[in-house]
Amino acid sequence: MNNVVTKKRLTLWDKIKKNKVSYTMVAPFFLVFFTFTLLPVIMSFTLSFTSFDMLQAPKFIGLNNYINLFLNDEVFLIALKNTFILAVITGPVSYIMAFVFAWLINELPRKIRWLLTLIFYAPSISGSAYLLWLLIFSSDMHGVLNASLMNLGLINAPILWLDTPKYALPILIIVQLWLSLGVSFLAFIAGLQTVDKTLYEAGAIDGIRNRWQELWYITLPQMKPQLMFGAVMQITNSLGIAAVSINLLGFPSVEYSGHTIVTHLMDFGSTNSTRLEMGYASAVATILFFIMLGTNLIVQKIIRRVGS
Amino acid sequence: MSEAAKSHDAVLADLKKEELKWIKEKYRRRKRRKVRLSRSWKGDVFVILVLIVFGSFSAYPLIFTITNSLKPLDEIFKFPPRLFPQHITFEHFIDLFNLIGNTQIPISRYLVNTILITALGTAGHVFLASLCAYPLAKHKFPGKHLINQMIVYSLMFSAAVTMIPTYMISSWLGLIDSQLAIIIPAFGFSLGIFLMRQFINTIPDELLEAAKIDGATEYQIFFRIVMPLVKPAWLTLIILLFQQLWGTDGGNYIFTENLKPLSYALSQIVAGGVPRTGTAAAVTVIMLIVPITIFIINQSRVLDTMAHSGLK
Repeated sequence: MNNVVTKKRLTLWDKIKKNKVSYTMVAPFFLVFFTFTLLPVIMSFTLSFTSFDMLQAPKFIGLNNYINLFLNDEVFLIALKNTFILAVITGPVSYIMAFVFAWLINELPRKIRWLLTLIFYAPSISGSAYLLWLLIFSSDMHGVLNASLMNLGLINAPILWLDTPKYALPILIIVQLWLSLGVSFLAFIAGLQTVDKTLYEAGAIDGIRNRWQELWYITLPQMKPQLMFGAVMQITNSLGIAAVSINLLGFPSVEYSGHTIVTHLMDFGSTNSTRLEMGYASAVATILFFIMLGTNLIVQKIIRRVGS
Repeated sequence: MSEAAKSHDAVLADLKKEELKWIKEKYRRRKRRKVRLSRSWKGDVFVILVLIVFGSFSAYPLIFTITNSLKPLDEIFKFPPRLFPQHITFEHFIDLFNLIGNTQIPISRYLVNTILITALGTAGHVFLASLCAYPLAKHKFPGKHLINQMIVYSLMFSAAVTMIPTYMISSWLGLIDSQLAIIIPAFGFSLGIFLMRQFINTIPDELLEAAKIDGATEYQIFFRIVMPLVKPAWLTLIILLFQQLWGTDGGNYIFTENLKPLSYALSQIVAGGVPRTGTAAAVTVIMLIVPITIFIINQSRVLDTMAHSGLK
């Protein structure tokens, strides 16, 4: 028994020694990846069971942070609800938009396809350009939306778009959708171009009659890997909405109407914040981590099943 | 000796040929043949309408920003607002440069900081990620599957989750109030290594085997064969990371004024309120024009990389 174990260990060690070069190549990146991605996840999880203000050593308090979040923190429940609404709408809609636009422009002549790819992708790489929506939703009569509506005679007085709680989520959804055709959109365009064209010809002979059948029976099954990748990107983005809310609706927004899990996390855990309740904020971060990971894994399972 | 050298040359020539064949194959697949099947004209009209409507929705805000930056101030506040300026003026851009010239720290300082952060962060990431992606794609060694798995899982949560510990770690490492606090974490950008690994996967094994038989070391294979072949992927990584680093304002990490990046300085100008509306538009145009230009130049190469982005 003992002998077998040592023998096994030896072979593993031998394998490691034999692949020395591979490890030296992996090591530098992995070190940074570990330090700034993996270690923080572990630390965040650990800190979530403590009370910690960055000044004194963390104090273990068990599940108190989680209990407080769900039982005593009404604002967190608002944040949870808002995040959920935003994700349920922007996630699937942006995912479908990314695919449908990629699909529609796929057959166009090369130059037009190039231009439309640029137009749809540009918002997501234009950094802080979304602040322009401040001008569109501006509360005075110079705001583009107010001016247009007043011009058409639909409203008499300007509406305070950004300061009215009931408009907060719709505005966030519109701006977030505008920003959402990112990496997954590009992955879909690229994926569509690699679908084997002869399959379509074969399909036509086999009796595929229209675009929809072609999409369902040929294109989608061929695109499964890209569809899974795109889902990961869109889910992670739609659950992490924060910057748009902070910059358009303010921090905190009126009656917390645009508050999300990430803005709640920043409220307690940002080093600019006066609260500095790092343990509590870590509990928020840990919950977000599991929501993101859980949603991703479930959706992966569903997509994997499509067409099989 | 000379014979050995000769065979070395022959193998190299073979490699070149094989490489060419591979590249040709890649492009042959991309060449578009006219296939128009099962299409109705009603469907075509509908598609064009949809694209026009949503294309305008996508483009309108950006065009509006650009035209706003060219309007005189009274036109920006005209009722009702117009998309295109009646009189084109460059006064906002001139104002911007004057404003910048009057600040305590010259704008060139902020610009140099941003360029430094973007260039070092991107270069370091592309190099380290390719170096790491090669064995992860092509070698067999214990732990490889685990690392690949961790990289895929790390795509599934955003940086906000790790905000607090990342700050603590940076502070332990003494990176706070230094540009390194932005540059070093950028090296570990997980989407970058994921795309790079997927792309390296598509390099035929025979190409690498041939070089190995010829006695090339792993590092030689990496630098002479892998790196030149994954150029499209470099550009994709560069664009994705560039766009993040170009827009960074230093956030919680940089306090010293003359270490801060351009985005921070520009946000201060924008914070000037209503009278600065025109200047703010000029600022936005400057910030967005650089990443978009880079994407315009490299679109086809980016799409080439994205074709292999799929998750299995």
